[in-house]
Parts: sequence; structure tokens; C-alpha cells
Amino acid sequence: MKALKALALPAALVVLAEIGARAAAPSDSVAPPSEVAAAFVQALADGSLVTATRDTLMSAFAGLAIGASLGLMTGILLGSLNVLDRLMELPLELLRPIPSVAVIPIALVALGFGYRLEIVIVAFACFWPLLILSRAAVDGVEPRLIEVSRALRLTPLQRTVKIVAPAVLPRVFVAFRLAAGISLIVAVTVEIAVNPQGLGYEVMTAGQALRPDLMLAYVLWIGIVGFAFNAGLVFAQRRLFGQAARVEAAR
Amino acid sequence: MKALAWRFGGLAVVAVMIALWGEIAALKLVSPVFLPAPARAWTALWQGFAHADLAAKLFGTIRHMIGGWLVASFFGVALGALVGSSKAAREYVAPTLEFLRPLPASAVIPVAIAMFGLTPQMAVGVIGFGSIWPALLASVHGFAAVEPRLLEVERALGLSRWQGIAKISLPSATPDILSGLRLGLTVSLILAVVCEMIAGLDGLGQWVLLAARAYKSADIFAGVILLGAIGFVANASLRLIEARALRWRGRRTG
Repeated sequence: MKALKALALPAALVVLAEIGARAAAPSDSVAPPSEVAAAFVQALADGSLVTATRDTLMSAFAGLAIGASLGLMTGILLGSLNVLDRLMELPLELLRPIPSVAVIPIALVALGFGYRLEIVIVAFACFWPLLILSRAAVDGVEPRLIEVSRALRLTPLQRTVKIVAPAVLPRVFVAFRLAAGISLIVAVTVEIAVNPQGLGYEVMTAGQALRPDLMLAYVLWIGIVGFAFNAGLVFAQRRLFGQAARVEAAR
Repeated sequence: MKALAWRFGGLAVVAVMIALWGEIAALKLVSPVFLPAPARAWTALWQGFAHADLAAKLFGTIRHMIGGWLVASFFGVALGALVGSSKAAREYVAPTLEFLRPLPASAVIPVAIAMFGLTPQMAVGVIGFGSIWPALLASVHGFAAVEPRLLEVERALGLSRWQGIAKISLPSATPDILSGLRLGLTVSLILAVVCEMIAGLDGLGQWVLLAARAYKSADIFAGVILLGAIGFVANASLRLIEARALRWRGRRTG
């Protein structure tokens, strides 16, 4: 019953779009869902969809890996060293509001078109959520655990690995999920804005070629990829952290 | 007093970083084509205001950002109130919203271009579509999470539906809505820049991209500095509004 209710609105929208687009046909900006589906199958068959998806996901994953690990390391460092944290507060406050897309021209001049351009910008965007949330997570580690590590005479490195890291892991994963969502969005945005590869570029060319059916098929596919990506991460979070993750996410 | 000392410490770190940047540029560790000296970026900024139309670009970006954000915020909160305050509407609409949420808003730019052409209306449409989600989802959540006892009070007082929304649900959902609006403003700045880059609309997005095409790194940095300033001011002012509007809440929870 619940699933039926969830599907009612999309189904109604598809029917409305079919009727509306057929009434407006021929059009350069809208296409009926049946033609969109046909264009999707065609793009899938000739391999362009697969190639574009691979390009986009590769850039998104590489940028995510680099940006997230740098952000995590910086966050843990700032969270554990109070003096450094207070000193870096102002510089970070000034750098953080720079929108990720503003980095595009700088990276474009330095790196030219291609994977590297996209990876650098995705990494810049993914750096911030990890930095901020992992810093807060390390800051919020139960003080008694730190006392335990002191009683055990652990070195700072041992303390980080054995006490702090497991304690902050659930919250860090929440940050990672956030960054993963951002990585895909930024990758597609860079492709649409400047970079001639991947799903974003395919949407752009289909639009310029006056193929609304293909363009909408790609837009829909980007939505499906994003949804599946997010759903996979939510599933992983439940499996890995169970109840802890849900509590941490609500905080 | 101590906070002030830390503030000065932070300023010193910023000064050291700028000095380091200048040193790297002066020693040409990074080619000046990519990295201008801080002084050059600063000059480009003032030259841009004095002799080029950088001020017009700045206001163009602010106009696009605020315009799209206002549209998104109005519809987002209104729709969120409708969906959030009714259980039936939530069951029908929420799953579709969850599907649409991770869709990169920039993906609809080509669709919007096909519909509206390379016009400012296109930018407003894209920014509106993109930044409606934070406002919409936050207000759906805010209206859905109203304390049940407050709803009982509403019923006991015999308030009409509209009175209930205005007097009970809306104040209760305000913290959620405000944080959604703040997030939406960040999104709208990003989308404003992207739209200006693609459609060549008057704004900083166009400015930085043209500077990149001409390899004028000082002009790029001037534009990026301004974009950072817009983001900083926008975020700070909404935080200020949030703090003022939610003063009652701080007092209650202590």
C-alpha cells in the first residue's frame, strides 16, 4: 500500500508529461516519456551512456577519495590539537565560503580540460564536510576515553588509532556520505560548465543538438545514478554501524 | 579578552599565509600564469572596480543569487508547509521528493536552456529549482515534527487550519526552515555562477571564465575573492537573522 502511494505521483506525472509533450510536439525542449525511454535504450545500446557514466563516476570517486582523506586528516589534526584549531579558525572561515565552482577557472588555467580538472574541484568540494564534521567528532570524544588512553600511557599516534578513530568512525561516515553526494553533483556540474566529458557533457550536447528525448534520458539517468549511489551508502551505513549510525546522524 | 587574543592569532596566521603565497609567487615556484602574486590580485581587484565593470558583475551575481533564492524559498516553504502538515500528502509526495533530491541541479541547466534560451529567466528557473530542495525538505521536516501536544493545544483552542499553521506549526518549524534557507542560499550562489559561466550572463561566473580563457590569473583571483566574500557575507547575515529570530529558543533550552 505504501509503495503504491509512493508510485502514484510519479506515475501521474509521467502520464501528464506524455499527454502534454504530445500536444506540444514537435518541440525542441520537451519530449514525451515514451520517446525518452527509447532514446535511453539507444544510448545504452551504442555504449555512449556507459562511457559517460564511467568517466563521471571515475572523476567523482577519485576526487572524493582525495578530498575526503585530506579533510579527514586535517579534521583529526585540528580536533586533537586545540592550539592549532583556534589559530586555523579564521583562515578556514575565510576560505570555506568560496563556492566550489569558483575554483573551476583556476584549475582550468593550471590543468586544462580532462580528468584532473574535475578531480581537483571535486576534491576541493569534498574536503570541507569531512574537515568540519571530523573535527567536531574528535572534539566530542568522551573525555573519559581520553583519560583511559592517558592511564595506559598511549602515545598520541596510538591514541589516535586505538581510541579516537573507532570513537569517531560513525560520525565520520555520515560526513563521508554527505561528501559522496556532493562529489557526484560537483562532477556533473563541472562537466556541464566546462569539461567536455562524462554525463554532464552528454546532457549539454544533447540539448544543443535539439534532442530533448536524449537530453531528458540523460537527466533521468543522472538522477537514477545519484539515487542508487546514495541508497548504497545508506545501506552500507546501516550494515556497518547499525544503531550507532542512526543515533549519530540524528545528533 | 582571551577570545580577542585568539582572534589576533588567527589574523597572524592569515598574514603568514598571504606572505607565504607572495613568497611562492615571487620565487616562481608556481608559474605566474596560474598563481599571481597577492599584490597583483589586489591590484586587479581595484582596477576591475575602477576601470572595468567588475562592480556590475558583482551586482549581477548577487541579483541572480537573491532572485532565484527568494523564488525557491517562497515556494519551498509554502509547499513544505502543505506537505509537512498533512500525513496523507507526506505519504504520496515524500518518496518522489527523496528521489529528486540527489539530482544535481546543474543537470537541469540544459533543459532550462532549451526551454528559456540563454536568458536571465533561465538562471532564475535553474537557481529556483536547485535551491528549493533545502528549503522544501527542511520545512516538510519542520512541519511534520511539531510536538504532538502542541497540536492537541491547537485542537483544544479550536483554531482553524490556517490559524494553526500560523500560530503553532510555523513558529515550531522556524529553526528547521531557517537552516534550510541558509543552505539554499549557498546552493543558489553556486548555481548563479554556473549559469553565468554557461549562458554568458552578466556576473562573476562569466568574469572568471573569460579571465581564465585569457590566462589573466590576477583577474581570476579577483573574481574568486569576491565570490568568497559574497558567500561569507550571505552566510554570516543569515546566521545573524537565525540567532535573532530564535532568541526565544535559546532562552528556553538554556
